[in-house]
Formats: sequence, C-alpha cells, structure tokens
Amino acid sequence: MSAPVRPVAPTALIAELTTALSPDRVRTSVTELEIYRRDASNIEGSAGIVCFPTTTVEVQACVRASVRHGWPFVARGSGTGLAGGATPLDGALVISTTKMNRILSIDTDERMAWVEPGVINLDLSRVTSRHGLHFAPDPSSQQSCSIGGNVANNSGGPHCLAEGVTNSHILALEVVLPDGEIVMLGGLEPECDAYDLRGVFVGSEGMFGIATRIAVRLTPNPPAVKTLLMAFADTGDGARTVSAIIAAGMLPAALEMMDAPITRAVEDFVHAGFPLDAAAILIVELDGQAHAVEADAQRAADVGWTHGATSVRIAANEAERALIWKGRKNAFGAIARIKPNYYLHDTVVPRAKLVDVLEQVYDIARRHDLIVMNVFHAGDGNLHPLLVFDKREPGVLDRVHAAGEEIVAASVAAGGVLSGEHGIGLEKRDYMSMMFSPVDLDLQARLRQAFDPTGLANPRKVLPSGSRCSDGMVAHGAGLWV
Amino acid sequence: MTGIDLSLFAIEVGEFGPVSVAGLSTRGGGVEGVRTVVAPSGIAWYNPEEMTVCCGASTPISELRARLSEAGQFVALPDFGTVGGALATASNSLFRLRHGPIRDSVLQIRLVTAQGEVAQAGGPTVKNVSGFDLCRLLVGSHGTLGFIGEVILRTRPSLGAVRWFTGTDDPFVIRRSLYRPSSVLWDGKTTWVALEGHACDVESEASRVRLEPVVGPPRFPPISSCVSPSDLRSVTSRMAPTSFVAELGTGIVHSSVLLARPCIDASVVTLQQRIKTTFDPEGRLNPGRAPWEVR
Repeated sequence: MSAPVRPVAPTALIAELTTALSPDRVRTSVTELEIYRRDASNIEGSAGIVCFPTTTVEVQACVRASVRHGWPFVARGSGTGLAGGATPLDGALVISTTKMNRILSIDTDERMAWVEPGVINLDLSRVTSRHGLHFAPDPSSQQSCSIGGNVANNSGGPHCLAEGVTNSHILALEVVLPDGEIVMLGGLEPECDAYDLRGVFVGSEGMFGIATRIAVRLTPNPPAVKTLLMAFADTGDGARTVSAIIAAGMLPAALEMMDAPITRAVEDFVHAGFPLDAAAILIVELDGQAHAVEADAQRAADVGWTHGATSVRIAANEAERALIWKGRKNAFGAIARIKPNYYLHDTVVPRAKLVDVLEQVYDIARRHDLIVMNVFHAGDGNLHPLLVFDKREPGVLDRVHAAGEEIVAASVAAGGVLSGEHGIGLEKRDYMSMMFSPVDLDLQARLRQAFDPTGLANPRKVLPSGSRCSDGMVAHGAGLWV
Repeated sequence: MTGIDLSLFAIEVGEFGPVSVAGLSTRGGGVEGVRTVVAPSGIAWYNPEEMTVCCGASTPISELRARLSEAGQFVALPDFGTVGGALATASNSLFRLRHGPIRDSVLQIRLVTAQGEVAQAGGPTVKNVSGFDLCRLLVGSHGTLGFIGEVILRTRPSLGAVRWFTGTDDPFVIRRSLYRPSSVLWDGKTTWVALEGHACDVESEASRVRLEPVVGPPRFPPISSCVSPSDLRSVTSRMAPTSFVAELGTGIVHSSVLLARPCIDASVVTLQQRIKTTFDPEGRLNPGRAPWEVR
C-alpha cells in the first residue's frame, strides 16, 4: 500500500516548539519522521513533527502550540501498541513521553508510587521488588511498554485474571487536557472526584489528554506461587478444564493456553520443556498464601486429570517456573522463524464459547489459506489468534484482513467483545458498530467532546466516522489500517 | 442469555421534563418534588462459570447476595439498598481493601439517557477495552448523566469465612505487616482486622502478627469522609478516641461530622460540568444534584 501524502507541519509551529523545548528535542527530519509513522501494528500514518518534552509544563507547551495552530497531536509512549492508537495521521505532532521516565516516589506503607508516563512497566516492578511489591498489569511487551501507554490502553496481561487490568491499579493522574489545562484526575483519597474522570481517562487512547504523572497502586508480591503445566490431546479438553477450574471456586493468578502450532514454535526457540505432542497446553499459576496455594494447586491438577489432561507438571523451582513464563511471553518472538510477518488479534468471548470460537478461527484461517497460531488468556476468554504470513506474497494482506474481520465478527456473535486489552485505535474503529448501536456510540462521542471540544487530541481514533465529534476532517476508506 | 427489557423504563423516563430515580431510598431516594421513576428489579441471569451476573438496577443487594452465595461467589457491594443505588453513589463494601471498589466489578451497564433512549456502556465479558469506559463515568454519577437500568457485574469465588481479630501493636504497623487483609479498622483505641482465606493461612497470619480473635466489626458512626490513607494518622490524631472508625489503607473515616476536604480544582469542576451539559443539556436528570458539590 502506498504511503499517505504527508502534510507539512507549519513552520511557525516548529519554531514555537523549538523555543519551548530545545532544538535537539524537536525533530522534523524525514528519516526520524519515518520511524514515528506507526506503532507496533501494521497501520501506517504520517508524523509531521516529533518532540520530546521532559516536564509537564513542556507537554503543556507542546499541546498549547499545537492547538494554537489547529494541528493534531498524538501522545506516544514506547510505541508497542497493536491497534494503531499511537499512529499519527495527517502529519500530526507526535509528543513522545520517553524522556519522562523517572519513578518519582514510592510509598511502601500505602503500597503506591508516583511515576512519569515513560517509565517502563517491568522497570517499575523491578525497582519496587526490593520492597516486596510490584505493578500488577504485565502485558507480554512489559520489557518495553510504558506505564503511560498502559494507562492509555487500559492494558492487561496474563496476571490480570485475578488482579484486574490497568484501571484497577491507577489512583490518580496528572493530565494535560486537550486545551492545555493541567489537572489532577482522581487522587489518593477514595471517591475524591464527583464523576470518575480518572477512571474514564484510563483507556481513552490519548483522546482525552496526556498523562504526565501517574499514581499507581502496587501489589504485594505473593508469599507463595505454584505454576502448573498441563498438556491435552484435545483443545476442547483444555478449554473445559479452564471453565472447570473457575467453576470449582478457584481464581488462579493466570490461566494461559497455547495451541500445538505456537507451542512447537516456542519450544524450538526457547526450549521451555513444553510437550510437543499435545494439541494444547495450559499454564495455571496460583499465588497467595501457602496453604491456599498448595490446596488449589492439587485441586487444579485434579481438575486437569478428570478433564483429560495427558500430563500435569508442577514447576519444581523458580528456574523452572521462569522458563515456562519465558516460553509464554516470548511466543511472538518465536514466530519470526516461521514467517516474517504476523498479525495479532485480540478479542474476548465467554469462557464457555472458547472451543466453539477457536474452531471457527481455525476454519477461517483454512478458508483464507493462512497459518494461525493461538496463545491466549484462557481464564479471561481473551483470544489472541496470530496470523503469520509473508507480506511479499501477492494478495496475502487482503486475505489477512478478511480473516481478521471474520474472527472479530465470530467473537462478537458469540457474545464477546472487540478487544480485551489492545484497544480500538484505528484497527477496530470501523468495527465499533458490530458491538455498539448509534445511541451507544453517540454517548462515547459526547464524552470525547466534553474532554476535547476541538478534537485535536489523537483525532479519528476509536470512534467510527459519523459520530458527533469534530474529528472527521478527512474521510478514509476501510483500507487505511494496513 | 436474555437481559432485561428496558423499553418501559425508557418510556417512563421519557424525553422531556425533570425526572428523578429512586430505589429503596436507603441513600436519600429521588429528588424531592420531582417525578420519580424506579428501574427494573430482579436477576436476569447468573452464570457462575463465567463469573458474571446480570440484574435490574433496583434489585436489592440482599437478593443478589443470597443468589451468589448459593454458588459460593460474591460481589464487592455494601450491605444494604439496591445494586443501582450503590453504583450511582459509588458505595463500597467494608472489605474494599481486599476486594477493590465496586467500579472495578462493573462490566456492562444499560442505561436510559437524558434523551430517553436505551444505551449500552461496556460489554458482557470479564475483560473488555472496546471504546471509552462509560461504566466508570456512571458509577458515582448520582443519576445525573443517565439512569442505570441493568448491570452485568463480575463475581468472585468466596475466599472463605471472614474472621475478625484485634491486636495491640500500632494499627498502621499491623496493616503493613499483613499480606492482604480484608479490612483494618481503628477507632483511636481498638484495632479490628478482618482476614479471609484458607483457615490455616488465616491462623498463621494472625499468629505471625500477634492478633487475637475478637467480635467485629464495630458499629460505625453515621457520616463517612474520605482522606488520603497516608493522612489518616494525622487526621484522626485530632479526633477523640472512639468518636470515629477509620478504614486503614482505603482512607474512609466514619464519624459524626463531615471532615473538610480540599476543594476540587476549578478546571476539574469545569470539565465535570461540561460532561453533565453534554450528556443532559436540559439538566432534566435528577435536577439540582451536582456531584462535584456533594463532598
């Protein structure tokens, strides 16, 4: 697909930004703009300027300058988003938060910390681990994704089954609103605002402003952890085990499933000791206090055996446990050995529909002559079908997109939702009406309008065109999201 | 699974004129002198294996609890009133410290808008980031942005029987020493600790922190205030012992007076008002109520 025409950013805006920041932190060279025209999705846009503020006041200056010139702006963390949320459109100003990466304070008594948005997710947990604490959301990209990005996308991760996604772990947000005002949303005291603006800001994909300081809740590291690896000769048995574990009254810290193709790919790459003859493997992690963990590990193993597990292994030590997780979290790196490109999907279905929808996913891939692999948060019903392909093959992208749309439609038809943790961005913007009526979408658009009357904060994301927002400056066809 | 038909409720709310909503009126009820409507009641469906339950907004919390406990599950709601009333006022369980605020358990809300239309916020699955999180906006909005008609809540398996303990160490030290207490209460004199979990874990945790069994919880004075948990010690040091009960870790103080709190920032109030005007331009829903003024 040819690149969209890049509108040239106004020279006056560049000059203003250079004065407000410094020349070395305002970039406009063609090569640098190339890097920022997309996030980790396949969707390309065009950046007009990239700037690197280091303080809240500098972010405010960037936003104010952009608004003064009627120019769109997009906040960007590490750029690991998978839905095009941080992809700039129409030569937007990209405001990178990577230089705002300090952990400002840690309150071990109240189990919370203040951080800047560019702090890397895993770095926060590493630093707080010496106090026996961690930041619970753990996306697979946690080695590189930022807390600001987690806030924008309300990110999840394998351990969100028991602990909840990012929104449950954010106490307060200092935000530069789209009109340049600096406000504090939420607070350390409970129920401090009238409307929960902190709660709606989380997951607003950069369309309600830019978070510049974030108060996060820290979770105590569990005194005991047990990780089980179960193998199944039939994917359905694995999925039924997931439901049965929940039905038995257990809420594991994580319940992750991998099908045979991804298990083989990962095992070749990581050597995690995954069984290669299984149709599916299930990782069950239990954490908490010793007796409960011990008892639940035994019960979970029994549930596995009674539902047709061909093997159940309990990680004997921390090294073995770490290796299992290394295998799980590096699944996406492993597929590069099969085909050079991949398209990772993200939908949620009721747990009881997992088998049914998985079968449809395999069927969809077969019909479009594509390889599909599945590694997913089974406990949440959060599917991640991974279509692998070589984009040099003529016509393959059309097939990938057609298959993707069918997967989303099948998930919604099964009583599911469009996205469990990646967000809507550009990728699923035009699918929103699969799940929401015009009245539902109008309410979301009203909220966007209240936060951003000018519509310049990350325009044309999330809400399909035709919503009430003033975002619809340029009409784009459905083919944009490549 | 069929949800609740909200079309009659929407007709009652209508498109014009002031209208108010009430449940069991345990949290103040409707606006005086304004036509009052009541949302549908009853559990539409409950699916323990999915950990989800769907009910009408005016379902009594006691009815929901009874149903969930049959399957060994619970949802983090307070003890009294209706589900919708607890959501609209963001009222939480005494065990919030462990179970989280109720807003974290709301998956989907179907509401009637100021335009008299039925709308959906959120989605029915336990995980969902499809679009802006309007459920968050409705929880604590006191019926000023839309009237909640039906909710889908995330349930959780019961952690085991609640046991209450007391201890003689500094209550803040006790709270810090415990892994995940369900509640730590302090009245300036006595500390109450609620623990849930495997009986052996509760025993060993209690003995490790030198706690003794006690009858709890204490009776709460009528007015609740919110302070930052880190300010609890200094705030309560100015209050007479036994005149208050403070929830450590969450920052709620129950006493006979409303404690002064910092004003909401003017820009935040402007934003709140803008949201109200955008959702309800004529100000017809629960007229006169302005959550940013109720402190």
